[in-house]
Amino acid sequence: MIGIEHYLIVAATIFVIGVFGIFLNRKNVIIILMSIELMLVAVNINLVAFSVFLSDLVGQVFALFVLTVAAAEAAIGLAILVCFFRNRSSIAVDDVNLMKG
Amino acid sequence: MRSRRWTCRITILWLLMTLNDLTVVLPELVLAVYAMSALIWAVYSKGQQSGAALIWLTSVVLVGLAAWIAFATTGEKTAFTASFVDDSLSRFAKVMVLLSSAVVLVISQDFLRRERLAKFEFPILVGFAVLGMMIMVSANDLVVMYLGLELQSLSLYVLAAFQRDSVRSTEAGLKYFVLGALSSGLLLYGASLVYGFAGTTSLSGIAAAMVPDTTTLSAGHDVTKTTGLLFGMAFMIVALAFKVSAAPFHMWTPDVYEGSPTPVTALFSTAPKVAALILLVRLLTSGFGNIVADWQLIIASVSVISMFVGAITAIGQTDIKRLMAYSSIAHMGFALMGAAAGTSRGVDAMLLYMAIYLVMNVGTFAFILSMRRRNRPVTDIYALGMYSRQSPVHALSLLLLLFSLAGIVPLLGFVAKLYVFLAAIDAGMIWLAVSGGIASVIGAFYYLRIVYVMYFGTPGIPLDGTMPRSGLLALVTSAIIVVFGVVNLFNISQLSSVAATALFQ
Repeated sequence: MIGIEHYLIVAATIFVIGVFGIFLNRKNVIIILMSIELMLVAVNINLVAFSVFLSDLVGQVFALFVLTVAAAEAAIGLAILVCFFRNRSSIAVDDVNLMKG
Repeated sequence: MRSRRWTCRITILWLLMTLNDLTVVLPELVLAVYAMSALIWAVYSKGQQSGAALIWLTSVVLVGLAAWIAFATTGEKTAFTASFVDDSLSRFAKVMVLLSSAVVLVISQDFLRRERLAKFEFPILVGFAVLGMMIMVSANDLVVMYLGLELQSLSLYVLAAFQRDSVRSTEAGLKYFVLGALSSGLLLYGASLVYGFAGTTSLSGIAAAMVPDTTTLSAGHDVTKTTGLLFGMAFMIVALAFKVSAAPFHMWTPDVYEGSPTPVTALFSTAPKVAALILLVRLLTSGFGNIVADWQLIIASVSVISMFVGAITAIGQTDIKRLMAYSSIAHMGFALMGAAAGTSRGVDAMLLYMAIYLVMNVGTFAFILSMRRRNRPVTDIYALGMYSRQSPVHALSLLLLLFSLAGIVPLLGFVAKLYVFLAAIDAGMIWLAVSGGIASVIGAFYYLRIVYVMYFGTPGIPLDGTMPRSGLLALVTSAIIVVFGVVNLFNISQLSSVAATALFQ
């Protein structure tokens, strides 16, 4: 029998992969964008699983909002990335280093 | 036939209810309609002048909304099944957000025109960001909270990269986007856990899901629910600490402040901070108000770390925009001290602190916006060598503002710090107030260094020394406010204490 904890473990695993993808990746900014999407997908799995197990629709409504915002976020991220590429001719993470903090 | 009549009645009932809800969100609705119609108008008119005109129009609209919210609405109203609340706290915060954004727009106009950035998108994006902030401070539900936060953040990502032919600006935009998206992801993960273990997304529902009259979650709950809610809360606190640029989640702040065009930096350091802090306080007191002991220490440690990181790491910096970034990290630490108290008095002190911080920051940025040499913007503080001889009035105003930011005794910034210290002591956290005092002494160093350079530094190539009238007005007015405000704080303290009590009923 598949219980809620199975869904939560899958979501937590995907979320952690996403977070590590942002921090450990040294190659490409596109990979960071993919990692952000992974984090949001993990959240959606969580929300839908909770929604089903609580028999409460709000979770699914929340998941739909998250999907919509994620689309807008990806669009803006890619637009900024294109601007950056035009100036710098590179999207390597190591090249995002003009200012050092 | 009969079913159709019923459908008709239900529709009318629904419309009436929605109409009632819509009156509560009318200011937000007006701003949304204004921003979208301005966008359509600007796209179709294709005029070159539309940018400058829209900046003025937008700031007039923002000031008008602030006056409307301040004078025309009273009491506490909720809308959309209590997911949106219009109380004295949200009104106080909205007036601060609207006024500071309007002033920032006005003082930026000259800079934007000279740098060829006065495009019509700028005021419209600011309008959408302000709309997001207004929703954030009124949010009483996790879904609304998330949507407001994202509307604000997405507009600000674009604004950071607004100078799109500059590597620095686009790099700032990229960094802000990546770390902002990470923090949104953390916030959402926390929200999903809280929803799952509390069974609802409304803040009052979350509060009701906990056993009342216990100060920690571990009392009187099963282990799963306790851990789930605590994890969710911790994730959300971390995400909001990112948004208010509190250490140890501040790494993006100096880079983004330095890289973004100066008007955008001025905006970043004012209104979004207020909105995110109010959101954090509302979440903690309305949602997790029963378990103060569980989050008090987290907020207090974030506050201490921010104050010290802001004070110490700024010492080696020479870029004034980076300095202001560290300054805002330290100031967020002081403001969070009020939140950490977890009392009505603490929130009151925090609101007062933010109001005073806004005045000082707007004035300082009015000056930074005017720092130009050979018609190009400079941000190095050593460019100010012997600036006092060149224009004594500007130098004196900046001196007063910097002294106030440092918290030197007779000025308004000191009063702000005193209030949060007293609130922390009142809540029994003397160590927090003491470390705040030490941090503010360390932090005074870099403000005083700017003053030293202005009055005793070595003169170099002088600045252009021109300042638009609006910027001069903002600089001198805020300097006058930090001097004479100490008399009665312009009675803001009454309003802020009323606003703070709205959270603790």
